[in-house]
Amino acid sequence: MLDWIAGIGAANIAKVRSFGRATLMLFGAVIAKPQLVKNVPLTIKQIYVVGVQSLLIIVVSGLFIGMVMALQGYTILVGYGAEGSLGPMVALSLLRELGPVVTALLFAGRAGSALTAEIGLMKATEQLSSLEMMAIDPLRRIIAPRLWAGMISMPMLTLIFSAVGILGGHLVGVDWLGVDSGSYWSIMQSTVEWNKDVMNGIIKSLVFAFVIVWIATYKGYDSVPTSEGISKATTQTVVLSSLAVLGLDFVLTALMFGIE
Amino acid sequence: MENLIEIDNLSFSRSGRTIYDNISMRIPKGKTTAIMGPSGIGKTTMLRLMGGQLLPDSGDIKFKGESIPNMRRTRLFEVRRQMSMLFQSGALFTDMSVFDNIAFPLREHTKLSEDTIATIVKLKLQAVGLRGAAQLMPCELSGGMARRAALARAIALDPELIMYDEPFAGQDPISMGVLVKLIKALNDALQLTSVVVTHDVTEVLTIADYIYILADQKVIGSGTPEEIKNSDSPLVQQFLQGLADGPVPFHYPAGDLQTALLGASC
Ligand SMILES: Nc1ncnc2c1ncn2[C@@H]1O[C@H](COP(=O)(O)OP(=O)(O)O)[C@@H](O)[C@H]1O
Ligand SMILES: [Mg+2]
Repeated sequence: MLDWIAGIGAANIAKVRSFGRATLMLFGAVIAKPQLVKNVPLTIKQIYVVGVQSLLIIVVSGLFIGMVMALQGYTILVGYGAEGSLGPMVALSLLRELGPVVTALLFAGRAGSALTAEIGLMKATEQLSSLEMMAIDPLRRIIAPRLWAGMISMPMLTLIFSAVGILGGHLVGVDWLGVDSGSYWSIMQSTVEWNKDVMNGIIKSLVFAFVIVWIATYKGYDSVPTSEGISKATTQTVVLSSLAVLGLDFVLTALMFGIE
Repeated sequence: MENLIEIDNLSFSRSGRTIYDNISMRIPKGKTTAIMGPSGIGKTTMLRLMGGQLLPDSGDIKFKGESIPNMRRTRLFEVRRQMSMLFQSGALFTDMSVFDNIAFPLREHTKLSEDTIATIVKLKLQAVGLRGAAQLMPCELSGGMARRAALARAIALDPELIMYDEPFAGQDPISMGVLVKLIKALNDALQLTSVVVTHDVTEVLTIADYIYILADQKVIGSGTPEEIKNSDSPLVQQFLQGLADGPVPFHYPAGDLQTALLGASC
């Protein structure tokens, strides 16, 4: 019994310590005085790796999710003779919820896991130690550009996801099921609000990006430098960041749309 | 004789296991000092302590009279520019060509023009016999070539101290001979101080000016190669002759085997 309680205590202390280490890492990477000349090219390279290389999966998923939503929405709305509202339905669900959340989940799986594995392998092959011994701070050199690149890429990926989804909805709703194209667009335009819907979605995606990249880089940086340790860290990145995204989405939604 | 590094009464433990118990060492300037000992004794750990990557539990490490564990981070980074470490795995950056790997510290720490950097890189590569391999990626190099490329990177900034972690491990006799010659040549030509960590007895006896042998959390023997060879310490002789049985235990500390086999606990 005592052992059991001690075990719980130890596990919690370990969690708190790990959170502390993660926070220290974050501060080391972000608070450090920025070296613009060196960091901008590094960040651009990372934007290519985490952002541009995630484009394909984002576009394809966005298209299919938009198409499925139009199909599902149409069958429900047509029962009330309200199929004209298909446009705003698709647009609002995408901009407010599905865009940020699904993009974040895909991003965690596609880019987050890759980040953890990459940094973990750098640690295992002593590249991080080697940077330190060359008097170069790996937090600034390796972690910071990846963090910024994630924060820059995610809102763009989210917007692309939503835009492609809306086009996919048009493809199914208008071109296939025969909803009036004019009403699809015009009711959407009159319903969607810039601040409430578009900006809130972007804010969500920024928060998600921050959390995913933080978790991914920390898990890599803190991984046990063996093949087993890296595979475990990669799994943890995907699981933890997906849960964090879903949990945070609820909180953010409550804050943004819950209280009128 | 002036000492570049002085280690005094150093103790260090990791995950509750003592690695060093109150040891002292001197690394004389301009000489090659070897630190020897069986695998897992903490030789890599010692290099990391010297580089300030790990902090000792007690005791002090002085680099040119300045205490490494007590340095502020910015000062530590300044001091690290004077030292350089050749990691066991080479630790070349896998996303850059050999050329860019060697240019990396120059680009980071100097304001030299790309032309000058290219010249320096070619000279360093020439010194390790890899000028033709400049455009290869690290994954295209053999183990010996990777280690030599890493060596070229380690000397790119002309450090005062270079630490070699097991430079001979896993090398064929020819690469080994090449590396031994290189380390010797660098030490003589650049007048730098070398610390070589290894368990290869024969190679070390040919290049070292002074040798420390570690075992059992302590320095069990030290001296010039001659003194070491003629040492009458049974511990030292066991290590030199590579005997499994002797005063140095071959097993990682563990309980009694019989109890472990018969007992039910895992
Ligand atoms: N990151 C670590 N965490 C805990 N123990 C470690 C770690 N790295 C090494 N050790 C332990 O420290 C001891 C010394 O390791 P090391 O310095 O790599 O030995 P050597 O280089 O002499 O083979 C080993 O017994 C190893 O188990
Ligand atoms: Mg070692």
